[in-house]
Amino acid sequence: MILSKTRSRIISNTIIIILLVICACIFIFPLFWMLSTSLKTIKQVSAYPPVFWPKPPMWKNYIDTLNFIPFAQFFKNTVVIATVFVIGNLISCTFVAFGFARFHFPGRDLLFLVLISTMMMPIIVTLIPLFVLYKNFGWINTYYPLTVPAFFGEAFYIFLVRQFYRSVPFDITDAAIIDGCSYIGIWWRIMVPLSKPVLAAIIIFAFQEIWNDFLKPLIFLSRTKLLPLSVGLYLFKGTSESVDYWHYLMAASVLFVLPMVIIFLFAQKYFVRGVVVSGMKV
Amino acid sequence: MKKNKKYSLRRYKIPIRVRQALWGVFFISPWLVGFMTFKGGPIFSAIYFGFTRYDAMSHPVWLGLQNYKEILVDPLFWKSVYNTVYFVFFNVAFKMLFSLVLALLVNSKIRGISIFRTTFYLPMVVPVVATSILWNWILHPEFGVVNYLLNLLNLPDIKWIVTERWSKPSIVLVSLWRLGETMVIFLAGLQSIPEQVYEAAKIDGANAWTVLLRITIPLLTPTILFNLVISVIRAFQVFSFAYIITRGGPLNSSLFYMLYVFRQAFKYFNLGYASALAVILFTLLVLFTFVLMKSSRRWVYYEAE
Repeated sequence: MILSKTRSRIISNTIIIILLVICACIFIFPLFWMLSTSLKTIKQVSAYPPVFWPKPPMWKNYIDTLNFIPFAQFFKNTVVIATVFVIGNLISCTFVAFGFARFHFPGRDLLFLVLISTMMMPIIVTLIPLFVLYKNFGWINTYYPLTVPAFFGEAFYIFLVRQFYRSVPFDITDAAIIDGCSYIGIWWRIMVPLSKPVLAAIIIFAFQEIWNDFLKPLIFLSRTKLLPLSVGLYLFKGTSESVDYWHYLMAASVLFVLPMVIIFLFAQKYFVRGVVVSGMKV
Repeated sequence: MKKNKKYSLRRYKIPIRVRQALWGVFFISPWLVGFMTFKGGPIFSAIYFGFTRYDAMSHPVWLGLQNYKEILVDPLFWKSVYNTVYFVFFNVAFKMLFSLVLALLVNSKIRGISIFRTTFYLPMVVPVVATSILWNWILHPEFGVVNYLLNLLNLPDIKWIVTERWSKPSIVLVSLWRLGETMVIFLAGLQSIPEQVYEAAKIDGANAWTVLLRITIPLLTPTILFNLVISVIRAFQVFSFAYIITRGGPLNSSLFYMLYVFRQAFKYFNLGYASALAVILFTLLVLFTFVLMKSSRRWVYYEAE
């Protein structure tokens, strides 16, 4: 009886593992193909049957890619935008979250509900008015449309920090008040240093968000010199649709993807944004 | 010390409350300003622009309902609605199904299972632009590796991307590669189901299939609702894949709603007409979310009730 039970368990586990391995191969194959294509010669790119393991790997493609498109420039732009965006969010979201978490004022819970619902708001309905607004500000072809809103807080990050601040014992802040600390002092000297784990999560989320962003830079930036990697690569793809360039496109994509994959593998637990939202209780 | 504090609190009760409230408003004020400038305000502008002719150069000209009347007889509008509904249906249906199956698989207690979880989530960290370029290459109608694999299985080539028939399925396929997030949310839902429920079922002699249909799925309905709402809202706004891979073609067969709005707004600079289109989508999504939430009372299991 017991024996047959363990045996059926072994069988079912084996089936599960086989299924998992098949699915994993399907999911990983595109990334393998990206890497493989990036190391091919022009001839191999269009060969039939396709070459799976290019020998010898053309590492030179990567150097050629860097010369072929202004990759360094795009990369620098992305890093600049991302840095300002992340810093803006860190400051504004801790500030706003402190207000939502530690003070009572009329309408607070209603406002928080509004804040939460903006997370679901389709971007499209604000995009055209924002374009008009930024145009009037003279912000088209500057980084302001991508970075300035970050200094006013983003719903998801505010939500994360607010949940954390609610769990900070009041004794700590009360003691600081008695010692004559102002509320701004409490925010900056006590709450912000306490929230390092949440801040780490926000850095990763925000970095990923801006690294990924395509639509906003597409609309608000048009000078090639200013483009981030996402739109830069798109532009590069558009100008080089013939088969001769796919290995360069793949090499550029590998370089574009690599930072995100590395961050992901080292900080996996922070990535699962949706889980945080799905489990939320307002 | 404690007594002293109590005394002072009682003495300044009202002023402290007011002061507290003012501080609270002070701290949330950046968000309030940001909300009115970048979120709430623009909605009202979009509604207003929807009633005008506007090219961002001259002043908006009031047209009343004319934009909306034109939209109703605009064949491209209807085409984009059809394409989008097609995408939403197949994207959401397959995504929910596959991610639930994968979540069930990676929920099993096998050593090293986290490697599989990581693998299935990995495509989510690949930026959308890179995903699009990569899949454009994989599905390339002449040199794409997918067609080669199909040939290996003795199946004929498929003219992905470049034919009216296959442009939408191509985009659906690409979008399904990124189901990691939905899967992980399902996984979290599965893990929140208490172990005792399963043990009780085992004692009653229920087989795996009954457990799945009678226990797991009913207890998972809150997560299903969440994933459904999020997926539908996102699917309706599909943009980048099609913009990069097919550019809405061929013959507008993959012209999704967002692409049409984008084209009207930032290619032809018909900002008024495009705003009206955006307002229609926004209204539909709000209505849809509302209806789904209302209906959820009937099919979602809530513990507290």
